Amino acid sequence: MNRSESATLGRAPLRLLIPAGLALVLLLAPLTALVSRAPWASLPERLVAPEVLDALRLSILTATVASVLCLLLGLPLAWLLARVEFRGASLVRALVAVPLVLPPVVAGVALLAAFGRNGVLGGPLRDCCGVSIPFTTAAVVLAQTFVALPFVVISIEGALRAIDRQYDDVAAVLGADRWTIFRRVSVPIALPGIMAGLVLGWARALGEFGATITFAGNYPGTTQTMPLAVYTALQADPDAAVVLSLILLVVSIAVLALLRERWLGGAR
Amino acid sequence: MSYLEAHVVVRRPQHVVDVRLEAEPGDVVAVIGPNGAGKSTLLRALAGLIPMTDGSVTCNGDRWSDTWAPQDRNIGMVFQQQLLFPHLDAAQNVAFGPRSRGAGRRASLGVAREWLERVGVGDLADRRPAQLSGGQAQRVSIARALATDPTLLLLDEPLSALDVSVAMSLRIELAGHLAAFGGVSILVTHDAIDAMTIANRVLVLDDGRVAQTGTPHEVAQRPQTDHVAKLVGLNVLRGRSRDTDVNLDDGTVMATTTPAEGEVFVSFSPAAVALTLDEPTGSVRNRWHGTVRSVVPHGPAVRVHLDTGAALLADVTPGSATRLGLVPGRTVWAAVKATEVVVYGADTARLRSPHA
Repeated sequence: MNRSESATLGRAPLRLLIPAGLALVLLLAPLTALVSRAPWASLPERLVAPEVLDALRLSILTATVASVLCLLLGLPLAWLLARVEFRGASLVRALVAVPLVLPPVVAGVALLAAFGRNGVLGGPLRDCCGVSIPFTTAAVVLAQTFVALPFVVISIEGALRAIDRQYDDVAAVLGADRWTIFRRVSVPIALPGIMAGLVLGWARALGEFGATITFAGNYPGTTQTMPLAVYTALQADPDAAVVLSLILLVVSIAVLALLRERWLGGAR
Repeated sequence: MSYLEAHVVVRRPQHVVDVRLEAEPGDVVAVIGPNGAGKSTLLRALAGLIPMTDGSVTCNGDRWSDTWAPQDRNIGMVFQQQLLFPHLDAAQNVAFGPRSRGAGRRASLGVAREWLERVGVGDLADRRPAQLSGGQAQRVSIARALATDPTLLLLDEPLSALDVSVAMSLRIELAGHLAAFGGVSILVTHDAIDAMTIANRVLVLDDGRVAQTGTPHEVAQRPQTDHVAKLVGLNVLRGRSRDTDVNLDDGTVMATTTPAEGEVFVSFSPAAVALTLDEPTGSVRNRWHGTVRSVVPHGPAVRVHLDTGAALLADVTPGSATRLGLVPGRTVWAAVKATEVVVYGADTARLRSPHA
């Protein structure tokens, strides 16, 4: 629809314009405040402070590893939900969505129940392999994967479903087995959607706080990711919290813009 | 035993498809029929893309039971909407089949380029589907279907999504490719011209069953379904013949010059129908009183659709159309001479095919 066409319907009503404007203010005011409150003078030295760099490095590392895990595990699950009819598919789909609505702290407690020292899986794991997950960097990754996986599965499933199923038929008639169809047809065609899902998952993992602090603790260098560092800094040095927040904001926007450019913008 | 022997039975809650089909190498079988007649179901069942409820398919000595996946059937398939893989260029699209069947990357691309040359789009090998016109894309998809050297080629309305002029030139090319193809081709179409120019046999489906088979000429001359009668532009009525009188299903009696007994079809060309405003007098016994439904140009003539209880077609000159004031809603008399009426049996032409 073009501008003149919508103009013929009359002016946009105030009762819609006012709440829309308020929504924009609500979204943008905190971000603007964050930028305006930044201690610009001391910013350069604060940026290179070791605890900031440690937290940033840990955050990017764990969020990236979690995203890769989400891809390796989530893509097959999304494919299963999108392409294979089986009993209980709708139940599985509902279960996959649970972590979406679960308060992250509850996710952390649930992870402890499963992988804690005496957890359902954690106990046997410690007994047989001597491995203990909680309060390690692995726990951070596990927590992030847990909360990000539903985003990835659901958005990739949507991308796979959006592909015309007849492409599968064409490929099958041409002699491709299901693995080949997945690899050479479904994934390439759904790639923009898959990347979008991964960006969502990465962003969710990067911002993960509740499950991480519950399940992995808040140890600088091993489990203190950026959000945890922000929270910790806020207690002692609010300026530091602002700086850390700014960095998170910039990194998030940069990744989003970069991937949009590469995968979402250029593909069409 | 024929090269292709198929008895395809697909039962669905809404419709049943039950079709027998035999063909020899080199045969091009056109499948025509109205929407919902089961044409696409027949193709998809032959391809193994939907399971058959019953029946069997034997092709080139292999019995394709339901456990034979589409991958194992050695089929080529061409779709109305081409369905070229959007992320692969033309050559990679055509190479997809050979690669999936085990050929190496280089060998597959070699085969692909050869086929692209053969269908006349060798210079477009590096183009993505989005950069191809409809006709170019359909040529690529024909190359893709033939590049695996299939025993059975299934074409699902390959020309109907194309512009008329593109379809016309591609029809001639397609006829050439199918003539050179060593296996059996099955061409689903809703266009009588496709059936006439490309196929050597026609299978008319109606409501999931074979209504008529024969050469394109036989089917066009003696259509046994309303659908084909409309496609070829003939008036076809059904009735019971006693000597040279035919009692039509609508109760009227038609005079013919061909003595026959039992269930028959009578057909006459729209050009044989004379229209007058007053009831015709004299010896013409075959006459109807009806209402003009529509008047459309048809070549040099004007085609008039009449509602006389049955639907009749009449071709008149533009001059008489004006003189008679033929507009929708006008009532006219239609007459046809007994000598213009062709009578043929309802069963004699049915199921007679060159290989039966």
